[in-house]
Amino acid sequence: MTQDTSEILIDCRNVWKVFGERADDAIAAIRTRGAGKREVLRDFNCVVGVADASFQIRKGEIFCIMGLSGSGKSTLVRLLNRLIEPSLGEISIRGRNISQMNRKDLRSLRAHEIGMVFQSVALIPGRTVLDNAAFGLEVQGVGKAERHRIALDALARVGLSDWANHLPKQLSGGMQQRVGLARAIASDPGIILMDEPFSALDPLIRRQLQDEFRQLTKSLGKSAVFITHDLDEAMRIGDRIAIMKDGMMIQIGTAEEIVLHPADAYVAEFVAGISRLHLVKAHSLMLPLTDYAGPVEKLARTSPEADVQALIDLVLAAPEQAVAIAEGETLLGVVTARTLLQGIRGEEAVEKAQ
Amino acid sequence: MSDPLFSPGTLIAAGLDWLNTNGHGVFALIGGAAEAVLDGAETALRLPPAWAFIGGVTALALWAFGWRMALLAALSLGLCLASGLWKQGMQTIALVTVSVLASVMLAFPLGLLAARRPRLERALRPVLDIMQTVPPWVYLIPAVMIFSLGKVPALIATVVYGIPPMLRITTLAFKEVPHELVELGQASGATPMQVLTKLEIPAARKTLLVGLNQTILLSLAMVVLAGLVGGGGLGAEVTRGLTRMEMGLGLRAGLSIVAVAIFLDRMSRRVLE
Ligand SMILES: Nc1ncnc2c1ncn2[C@@H]1O[C@H](COP(=O)(O)OP(=O)(O)OP(=O)(O)O)[C@@H](O)[C@H]1O
Ligand SMILES: [Mg+2]
Repeated sequence: MTQDTSEILIDCRNVWKVFGERADDAIAAIRTRGAGKREVLRDFNCVVGVADASFQIRKGEIFCIMGLSGSGKSTLVRLLNRLIEPSLGEISIRGRNISQMNRKDLRSLRAHEIGMVFQSVALIPGRTVLDNAAFGLEVQGVGKAERHRIALDALARVGLSDWANHLPKQLSGGMQQRVGLARAIASDPGIILMDEPFSALDPLIRRQLQDEFRQLTKSLGKSAVFITHDLDEAMRIGDRIAIMKDGMMIQIGTAEEIVLHPADAYVAEFVAGISRLHLVKAHSLMLPLTDYAGPVEKLARTSPEADVQALIDLVLAAPEQAVAIAEGETLLGVVTARTLLQGIRGEEAVEKAQ
Repeated sequence: MSDPLFSPGTLIAAGLDWLNTNGHGVFALIGGAAEAVLDGAETALRLPPAWAFIGGVTALALWAFGWRMALLAALSLGLCLASGLWKQGMQTIALVTVSVLASVMLAFPLGLLAARRPRLERALRPVLDIMQTVPPWVYLIPAVMIFSLGKVPALIATVVYGIPPMLRITTLAFKEVPHELVELGQASGATPMQVLTKLEIPAARKTLLVGLNQTILLSLAMVVLAGLVGGGGLGAEVTRGLTRMEMGLGLRAGLSIVAVAIFLDRMSRRVLE
């Protein structure tokens, strides 16, 4: 990964959250005899929200957490700003362990470094859009003129400057969600937590907001943890994706890694319906140079990052029905019509053919 | 009459006796403070002449809430004056205002606490149930036993009577606040006090107002009843009308009470909105 050298903003190490009065006993049982979610519920009347989650998020990265209802996504994201206390494990934000922070430091962390957007939007009904967007600043004690100026700026970024003086109920769902985003970025946090922000919106608006969100986050250089139950959304938005099931993160990787090498049958089933056209890249498809019979030098060239869609166009246009993959002047491999078909079909087919 | 088998009154009376001998200083203090506040409120209300008071309130209502409220204020207060019960009307308004304020000051924090602590809520529920089913004049008995006759037992009984509705509805109001709003506050780095004042109270306001309204009306009913124990005001006139079978006086006092009730109810609603 190209960002490997950059700063780690969020570091989660072996984090657990077990809900219930006998959480300690439950965790002990999980550790010693590997009790499952169902067993824990039956024996201890405890619910496993998050089980042994470990991951790191770097500056500028968008990290998507995908999982079905009840898989622990909301719990996990609330552990990151300590709205929920972890039962076990350590969470550090910019190298500071948040479990050890006192109330004041924690408030300052939430006010300045971590913004949050909710599925339910959580706009304050009696306040104007502008005052809603300025809420975080108001809490910090920023003066009225100043916070309105900054909030108006944030509203402009999400295309809502004309709506500043309206009430939330006068806005559509998509617009309300934009206000939520403006409120989160108004305090200029390095990290934005998004708990299924677009789930309640219709598909068209949703796509639009997904693209806008990605663009905005990238242009502002923010990191984001984005929760969703929709794999398509995760793939569209996330630099990396974590798949959660029963509180566990069963796989973390880029969209391409997850589609090409699903960690288990559960993930495989999830990704089965995903179109590979834009996910699978030349470097994971290409044949070694030695496997190509013809003269490689004559082929058209493209980069290892070219996706299947682009490769199809190139291969169709080439008389040899093949294209060479090169990084600068160095030839790396060849993609033929046959490899492309195998690539679209999926991993098993590729493996069998080899 | 034969001795009853079940007589909690003897126990309570013994308890009250004990309180009277041992808690005398405390009760004297409470009684003194209550009397002072009440007298202050009454004096303030009766400082301006009746016509000036009516004119002032009407003008204020016109300026703040429009002509409907102004008309209502003029009519209801005018009725008191025209019935010849101005002084008593003002006494009643003073008593209701002071007791409602005291009820709210006690019930609001308790109700808020109960909304946060389910255990406290569970513990309070049966107590509130009993307090709300007991007939209101039962409140007067211990109040009179401790504070003897007069305005103070009337005030104390009214305050106690006004607590359950306000407390209940305060708890309900805060439990109804959407959890996301509280989460929003916490996630924005707000202090618990900021969450309370900027998010919870505004969200709970409508329901809180319903509680306040109920407390006002129930307190008014109690204040009238307190005429029995020397609470003064319109209640005393109703009592007099009743005991002397003076139909005219009873009716005038009764209508004045209705007028005061409507006035306090509508006014408090508008002021708090
Ligand atoms: N406060 C709580 N007390 C007890 N159990 C809880 C609590 N919060 C969450 N849980 C349980 O933890 C598990 C994970 O819940 P969570 O809300 O994190 O799931 P989710 O992935 O966000 O689901 P959804 O997509 O429905 O929002 C669920 O089984 C839930 O019942
Ligand atoms: Mg959730």
